[in-house]
Amino acid sequence: MLVYLAKRLAYTVPIVFSVALVCFMLVHLSPGDPLISILPADASVELEQRLRIQYGFDRPLPVQFWIWISNALSGDLGASIANGRPVLSEVLQAVRNTLLLACTAAVLGFALGMFFGLVAGYFRDSWIDKLATSIAIAGVSVPHYWLGMVLVIIFSVQLNWLPAVGAGPGNWSWTWTHLQYLVLPAVTMAVIPMGIITRTVRALVGDILSNDFVDALRAKGLGEGRVFLHVIKNAAPTAIAVMGLQLGYLLGGSILIETVFSWPGTGFLLNTAIFQRDLPLLQGTILVLALFFVFLNLFVDMLQAMIDPRIKRG
Amino acid sequence: MKPVVSVRDLTVSFHGERTVHAVNGVSLEVRQGEVLGLLGESGSGKSVTMRALMRLLPRKRTRIAGSIEVDGRDVLAMKDDELSAMRGKVVSMIFQEPALALDPVYTIGAQIAESVVRHEGKSMAEGRERALEMLERVRIPSPKRRLDAYPHEMSGGMRQRAMIALALACKPKILLADEPTTALDATVQIQILLLLRELQAEMGMSVIFVTHDLGVAVEICDRVSVMYAGKVAETGTLANLVRDPRHPYAQGLLSSTVLGARRGERLTTIPGAPPSLSQPPQACSFEPRCRFAVASCAIQRPPEVDLGERRMARCIFAEKTASEKIASLQPTPA
Repeated sequence: MLVYLAKRLAYTVPIVFSVALVCFMLVHLSPGDPLISILPADASVELEQRLRIQYGFDRPLPVQFWIWISNALSGDLGASIANGRPVLSEVLQAVRNTLLLACTAAVLGFALGMFFGLVAGYFRDSWIDKLATSIAIAGVSVPHYWLGMVLVIIFSVQLNWLPAVGAGPGNWSWTWTHLQYLVLPAVTMAVIPMGIITRTVRALVGDILSNDFVDALRAKGLGEGRVFLHVIKNAAPTAIAVMGLQLGYLLGGSILIETVFSWPGTGFLLNTAIFQRDLPLLQGTILVLALFFVFLNLFVDMLQAMIDPRIKRG
Repeated sequence: MKPVVSVRDLTVSFHGERTVHAVNGVSLEVRQGEVLGLLGESGSGKSVTMRALMRLLPRKRTRIAGSIEVDGRDVLAMKDDELSAMRGKVVSMIFQEPALALDPVYTIGAQIAESVVRHEGKSMAEGRERALEMLERVRIPSPKRRLDAYPHEMSGGMRQRAMIALALACKPKILLADEPTTALDATVQIQILLLLRELQAEMGMSVIFVTHDLGVAVEICDRVSVMYAGKVAETGTLANLVRDPRHPYAQGLLSSTVLGARRGERLTTIPGAPPSLSQPPQACSFEPRCRFAVASCAIQRPPEVDLGERRMARCIFAEKTASEKIASLQPTPA
C-alpha cells in the first residue's frame, strides 16, 4: 500500500508541472492587455510602463514563468491586478466556498444516486426501476442553470422559503442562517451526479446480479438482505471512481451555478478574473483547481485500492 | 429405505421472449450416502434440475410443476425463510466455475464464516475457526494464510477446494455438484474428484453430481441417470448402465466414448442434433435420431419401463439389450 502511494505521489510531480506550464501559456496566449482594465483611459505612457515593470509583464515569457512558478512553490501567487489583494488568500477563500458547495452536492448526489441505482438495478423492469431511470435521465438532461433559476423562482420568489443569492452574511458558520443559502445551489448541483451515478450503479447491479456468485450466495442460505449487501460492496469501487470524477467536475465546472446563485466560489472568481483580465488571479485560480483534480484522483485511487482487493497494490 | 431426495415428474419451463421447456417430467431418487450422477449433454436440463432442487431459478420467468421432496420436506411449498434455512444447511451446492461462484471482494474466510454464522448462530470469530478447520479438511496448503486471501489470489483448483469447504461448512446432508471439475485441468480434476469422494464417505452425504463427462461419472458415482431433452432416458447403477445400457441414447452415448473402445477402431456418433425445446414433447424426444424407432415412437411418449433393481429406461424396447436390438434390425434391409 505504501509503495503504491509513493508511486502515485511521484507520478503527480510531472503532472503538476505540466499543468502549471499549460495554464501559464493559455493565459498569456489569449489576447488582451491585462493592464487596460486598471489604467485610466488617459493614463500616461510612463505610468503604463512603470506598472508593466512592476508586474513583470515586460520580461520574456520564460522568465515570467520561472518567477511565477518559483513564487508559487513558496506559496506566493502574486497579487490581483484588479484589487491588489494577494491571489492566494482570494483563491483559498473561494476554494473553501466551492468545496463546501461541491462536497454537499456530491454527498447528496452520491447518496441519492446510489439509492436509486441500487433499487432500480435490483428491481429491474419494475415500476420502481422505471421511476428511478426517468429521474436519472431528467437529471442528466436538464440544463442546471435553468433548473437553478426555476428553483429560485419557486422557492425564493413564490414561496419565499429560501434566499436566492449569495453565501450569507460575514463568515460561514454551520447554522441555519448560512445553511439556508446552501440548499438551492447544492440541490441544483447534485442533480447531474445523481443521474450519472444512478445510471452507472443500475447497470453495475445488473452485471453483478448475473454473476454465478449471487446464486452461490443464495445457495448458502443468505437472505435477500444479505445478498443485497454483497451487491453493494461489489458495486462500491466503481461507483466511488465515478463519483470522484464527478466531484472533479463539480469543483471545476461550477461556474454556471455559482454565477446563477452568486455563490462566492472559484467559478465565480474565475468569471470575475476573466472579465477583468486579472492575469495573476486567473492563473492562480486555474492552477489551484488543476492541483485539486490531481489530488482528488489520487485520493479516489487510494480509496478504490482499499475497497477492491483486485486493484493491485505496490 | 426412504430416499433423502425424491423428485417426481418435475417440469420446468422458462417464459420470456421465447419459451423453453427445459425439464419435461424428471423423476429422481437419491438415498442417504448415495452418489447419483446426472449425465447428459448441454441443454439436456441437468443444471436446471439441480437449481430447481434449491429453487434458485429466477422466480418471475420460471414455472415449476411436479414435486420435489428433500429430507422429507416439500421444497416447492416452502416459504422464503424456510428455503434460505434449508440452503447451505440441508442442501449445499458447488458450481462449475469457482472463479465466478465466489464473491470477489470478500476473503475466503469471511465467505465461509458467513455461512456458519447464518446457520448455526455463531459469532464471526467462531465462524472463522470453522473456516480454518474446513480449509484444512479440503487440504488447502497453508490454510491459515488462505483465510485472508481473496478468490483472485488463488489457483483454479484451490478455489474449487475453497468452494467445497464453503459448501460443506455446515455439514449438509445433500451436496449438489454442478460440473465442479469441468473448468479444471485434468490432473486437478482427479484430485478434486478423489477429495469429494473421500469427504462424501466421511460425512455420509448424498451427492448429486452433474457432468457431461462419462469418465468423470465413472470415478465418483454409484448410480447414474442419463438425461436427454429434459427427461431421464435411463437410470441404473453405474455398472449396469456401463455394461448393459438399455435406452438407445445411453447406448449411443457409451459407444461414442473411448471408454472400453478398441484401439484403431472408429468411435460411433449419434446422428442428428437434440430437439428444440420450445414445445413440450408429445412423443419420444429421441425418435428422430433413433435407428430402432418404429411408427408408434413418433406418436406417443414412451413409458418408463421398470427393469427391477431400481433400474428404469424410458423406451418401448427397454427389455432388449443393445445387441438384441441390433439383431432385430437385421431382417429389414437398411
